Amino acid sequence: MTPRPFLPGLIIAFGVLALGLVVAFTVGRYPVTLSELVDVLWSRLTGAPTSAPPAVENVVLLVRGPRVIAAVLVGAALAVAGTAFQGLFRNPLVSPDILGASSGAALGAVLGIFFSLGVLGIEGLAFAGGLIAVAAVYVIGSLLKSRDPILVLVLTGVVIGALLGAGVGLVKYLADPYNQLPAMTFWLLGSLAATTVADLLPLLGPVALGTIVLVALRWRLNVMSLPDDEARALGLATGPLRIAIVAAATLVTSASVATSGIIGWVGLVVPHLARALVGPDFPRLIPTAALLGGGYLLFIDTLARTAAPVEIPLGILTAVIGTPFFIWLLAGMQRTWS
Amino acid sequence: MHPHRRQIVAGLSAALLAPRMAQAATVSDGAGRAVPVPAKVERVFPAGPPAAIFLYTLTPELLLGWPRANRPEEREFLLPDVGARPEVGRITGRGNTANLESVIALKPDLILDIGSVNPTYVSLADRVQEQTGIPYALLDGRFDGSARAYRTLGTLIGQPAPGEEFARYTERTMAVIAGRIAAVPKAARPRVYYARGPRGLETGLGGSINVETIELLAQNVAGETRGGLATVSIEQVLLWNPDVIITIDQDFAAGVRGDPAWAPVKAVREGRVHLSPKLPFGWVDFPPSVNRLVGLRWLAKILYPDLFPEDLRALTRDFYARFYHVTPSDAQIDRVLAGRD
Repeated sequence: MTPRPFLPGLIIAFGVLALGLVVAFTVGRYPVTLSELVDVLWSRLTGAPTSAPPAVENVVLLVRGPRVIAAVLVGAALAVAGTAFQGLFRNPLVSPDILGASSGAALGAVLGIFFSLGVLGIEGLAFAGGLIAVAAVYVIGSLLKSRDPILVLVLTGVVIGALLGAGVGLVKYLADPYNQLPAMTFWLLGSLAATTVADLLPLLGPVALGTIVLVALRWRLNVMSLPDDEARALGLATGPLRIAIVAAATLVTSASVATSGIIGWVGLVVPHLARALVGPDFPRLIPTAALLGGGYLLFIDTLARTAAPVEIPLGILTAVIGTPFFIWLLAGMQRTWS
Repeated sequence: MHPHRRQIVAGLSAALLAPRMAQAATVSDGAGRAVPVPAKVERVFPAGPPAAIFLYTLTPELLLGWPRANRPEEREFLLPDVGARPEVGRITGRGNTANLESVIALKPDLILDIGSVNPTYVSLADRVQEQTGIPYALLDGRFDGSARAYRTLGTLIGQPAPGEEFARYTERTMAVIAGRIAAVPKAARPRVYYARGPRGLETGLGGSINVETIELLAQNVAGETRGGLATVSIEQVLLWNPDVIITIDQDFAAGVRGDPAWAPVKAVREGRVHLSPKLPFGWVDFPPSVNRLVGLRWLAKILYPDLFPEDLRALTRDFYARFYHVTPSDAQIDRVLAGRD
């Protein structure tokens, strides 16, 4: 374990998020000047009347504001879940959807679109789908007796994920090609374009709850990333702890995916970046990953909504930006992983 | 002339005539492919929803089934026996839901496809025709090609007169509408945002098949970018600030008036958010077939109420009688115009 100073890394991560917030609030398709922005936010805080036109007030408070907050929450959630899973599974290639959370959410969402449900119905089904998928993986994985429960769990996740993927394919195949199919495609590519104030509470609740659990378990995560018998030798009840970590990470992942659609890469790349900054110690890693993840997705979402009149799907941007980034990280991974 | 020589001449002219005779028995389809005209056409397999609707309007009795079964509320506006015909799937390249063997088993005299005529669909048509041995006609599905599609279809099924009649009606409708709005300069036409999806944030870009009728009559705010369907942000819609919003989504239409994020949009402020009728087939967008013709009347009235004083209910009844072969009651027309299921 390379000892790495904590504070500079945390400050960098915080700086990324703060810069991201400033940029995200000031740029967008609808022109909002800095003074209008400050005016609207100030009047919101103090209750004083604003001189900004109502459209600007709307953009800042009802359109851009919720979207910025959602991007930070989703990015932080995926990064924290990815960090926890990479430690728990002792594998640097694990992302938060390894146990089927995203595939389950995807199936829930396309079913919602297939049955022409409203937005709440689609998001509710997606959230439930993610939770049910991971619960099923966990139950099946635990029933299979093995000397390496972690490996069995990951393999069960991969297999169930493939089955759910087939389910998504079937629903898309049966969907109305003119109306439902495009909606499903857009959802599966991920976007925060439709975020409203009403979306924030259902997102914040599960994300906060799951993150609090993971933060509370931060010391134990260090031990959990040791081989199972060593962890047990240190007096840790690995079984119940594993359930708690998986449940917390799944809660935040499912809530994020239900709001934003499938956004890959964030939960895979950001933990590595955080490790490069502050080292592999979980009490340091989790807050750093949360800040970095929030900032990272915020930058990507800002790009997605400003680059063209048409939204660029987040899943595409995170992949295009994430791939070279990940390769670059791999080059130096010996240093940060071990 | 020497008898022997006469035989040679006859043989030669027969050889010269032969290709011409073969030509007489084919029709050039929308992609310029020579499709052999079947001797008799009694059963036609529609490759997709646009073809099924075209065929239903012209000769409902020939339609052997639907790409997907009609729902009860749709069947209310179709001939009872034809509207209830079975689901036979669709042929669309890789996304086939129809099995070619079952297509053959249905014994169609003709496979009709109406839509894109790009090389992908041309090669698909050639392949299916070769595999099944059934003539496969591919007609151009663009909205302004509707009249031509009717004429070609009429010739293919051996009923050129009704085909011509439908073609003329289509041309007349489009000419009347184009004639009245010709006086309005392009820049003065209403700026329309086309909203799809439960949040109204999917839209059709410039030149997309989804907004063909809207772009014929008005300015599409998303028209500067060319393409198909895309997602946009509310911020972008606020920036466009459209005069009129046309939507096909019931949830969006119901929610947008009370949604504070949409409140500053001009169309919302002025109450010009319109939900497209969709029974038995959508009036604006999908399926992209001749069902959009009555939608063109509806759009024209919404966009230019002064230029189109006609009673939409009478026009709707007339269109449904001609094209869907049913006469809806007043209550049914109310339901259609309200845009509900």
